[in-house]
Amino acid sequence: MENLINIFVKSIFIENMVFAYFLGMCSYLAVSKKVSTAAGLGIAVIFVLGITVPVDYLLENYVLKEGALAWLSPSLADVDLSFLSFIMFIAVIASMVQLVEMVVEKFAPVLYNQLGIFLPLIAVNCAILGGSLFMQQKAFVNIGEATVYGLGSGVGWFLAIVGIAAIREKIEYSNVPAPLRGLGITFIVTGLMGMAFMGFMGIKL
Amino acid sequence: MNFIKNIFENTKPYVQKGAKFHWLHSVHDGFFTLFFVQKNTSKSGTHIHDYIDLKRTMGLVVLALVPALLFGMYNTGYQHYKAIGELASTGFFQLFLFGLLKVLPIVVVSYGVGLGIEFVFAQIRGHEIQEGFLVSGMLIPLVMPIETPLWMIAVATAFAVIIGKEVFGGTGMNIWNPALVARAFLFFAYPAQMSGIKVWVASGSQATDAITCATPLGDAASGSITYTAADAFFGLIPGSIGETSTLALLIGAVILIITGIGSWRIMLSTIAGGAVMGLILNFFAGSPALSEANQVFFGIPFWHHLILGGFMFGAIFMATDPVSAAQTVKGKWIYGFLIGIIAVLIRVINPAYPEGMMLAILLMNTFAPLIDHYVVGAHIKRRLKRATVKGQTA
Repeated sequence: MENLINIFVKSIFIENMVFAYFLGMCSYLAVSKKVSTAAGLGIAVIFVLGITVPVDYLLENYVLKEGALAWLSPSLADVDLSFLSFIMFIAVIASMVQLVEMVVEKFAPVLYNQLGIFLPLIAVNCAILGGSLFMQQKAFVNIGEATVYGLGSGVGWFLAIVGIAAIREKIEYSNVPAPLRGLGITFIVTGLMGMAFMGFMGIKL
Repeated sequence: MNFIKNIFENTKPYVQKGAKFHWLHSVHDGFFTLFFVQKNTSKSGTHIHDYIDLKRTMGLVVLALVPALLFGMYNTGYQHYKAIGELASTGFFQLFLFGLLKVLPIVVVSYGVGLGIEFVFAQIRGHEIQEGFLVSGMLIPLVMPIETPLWMIAVATAFAVIIGKEVFGGTGMNIWNPALVARAFLFFAYPAQMSGIKVWVASGSQATDAITCATPLGDAASGSITYTAADAFFGLIPGSIGETSTLALLIGAVILIITGIGSWRIMLSTIAGGAVMGLILNFFAGSPALSEANQVFFGIPFWHHLILGGFMFGAIFMATDPVSAAQTVKGKWIYGFLIGIIAVLIRVINPAYPEGMMLAILLMNTFAPLIDHYVVGAHIKRRLKRATVKGQTA
């Protein structure tokens, strides 16, 4: 239990997808103009990460890893399919995003319209693939850890995007120098937010 | 006074529109309003003119910082002569003079660089000189370790004024407190010089080159208590120039609260947050999972966290910055409380940083607009509900 809490807190603050790894920047920059849409996309990302990471964990450990196929028959014990991991992970992510899209369209049509093209684009959000690849790298011991890691990374990304959306709403009427308006100031804000988040780096849990 | 007034009157024709030195008009205006209140009245509509304009507000904050500054000078001398072992034979004024000569250049550099950049920006962007830097220029020296090289102060000040403030449109538009941006910039750009144990006590003469001294916080993190609560309260401990004396800072806090410039809600909630987190840590202090050093640090009485390091300085002068703090009343409580909690948490749990106040305030500055957003949203929702219910019954 303690271990799970550690992984959760760590993936939100210390190894934040946006501020520690700069992943998922495209939708982070594009959909952060309003807090409400940003929150919607953030929740969708939490959901997708929370599903794809454990599913990819199962794939990794029962199909792809060297010797993972041994449960089928002993003759497959030395098969190593890990070169397929990228394409398999992407396939899982894409199908999950399709599922999320259908669910959102059915049950939350308002949010579906607000998010527009960015909902299907979650499929190519690097934070999502990053979550699965980090999961592979970290070699979690059971599916619970993988799930918690996925959810935690999603929550970290959610915090980052709603945080910057609120800041962008605030500076909308600021007298920003003309060449910096729009994306320029957003990049500066992101950098300064990263500096503020550095307080968590180095914490060992 | 007439003498000064004449200077401004006589130079005015030269900076009027079309005159030779028109590009200096904002400098003229800036200095004029420093000495006098402008006679301009509104051309249309109703406006309330208050004599407490931005310049006077900033002046009062600088005034509130003076006790901390003076004590910082004295303490610089005190720590120096204590480190070389000549404390008993040195008089009060000698201590103070030593500190003055150490601190004054830092203040001059900070103001010089910062105001210079402000002036240039005002000329280029065609607005009046903004007075926000009057306070930042005083805060920056006070949060620096005494032995920071002057060029570093200049670089940090330039970074803070340009990236921290001017790119957002100048005073009143920044998201992060510029003085903290300066400190954090130095902290991450030159970590060896900023967080090493060498920087806290001024060496000064050749004989004492080798003097080093850790801050009480650094000592506590490694498991040894090297301060007394009284010393920490009055401020006779090594640390950044202005942060050591809780007493001097409290005098400043009283000035800020009486004049209504600093928000007492933020100060109170920050202190409450720090105290609560200290108590929680005390609760875990006996846990066998902790290392020996951590057990000591977890176990120090919770109120010691408030008088050690930069906690009080941050709570009184940094967190209450009216621009970068949360703007709503409820938001201020949340904002302050979280600063207190995170500051003590980073300080105790994170081995990479001995002090957490700076990063806690920067982090909450980041989320202050979000807090405001949801507080305002909740207000709107509640009032809307009230209005619709009334409409239905009527």
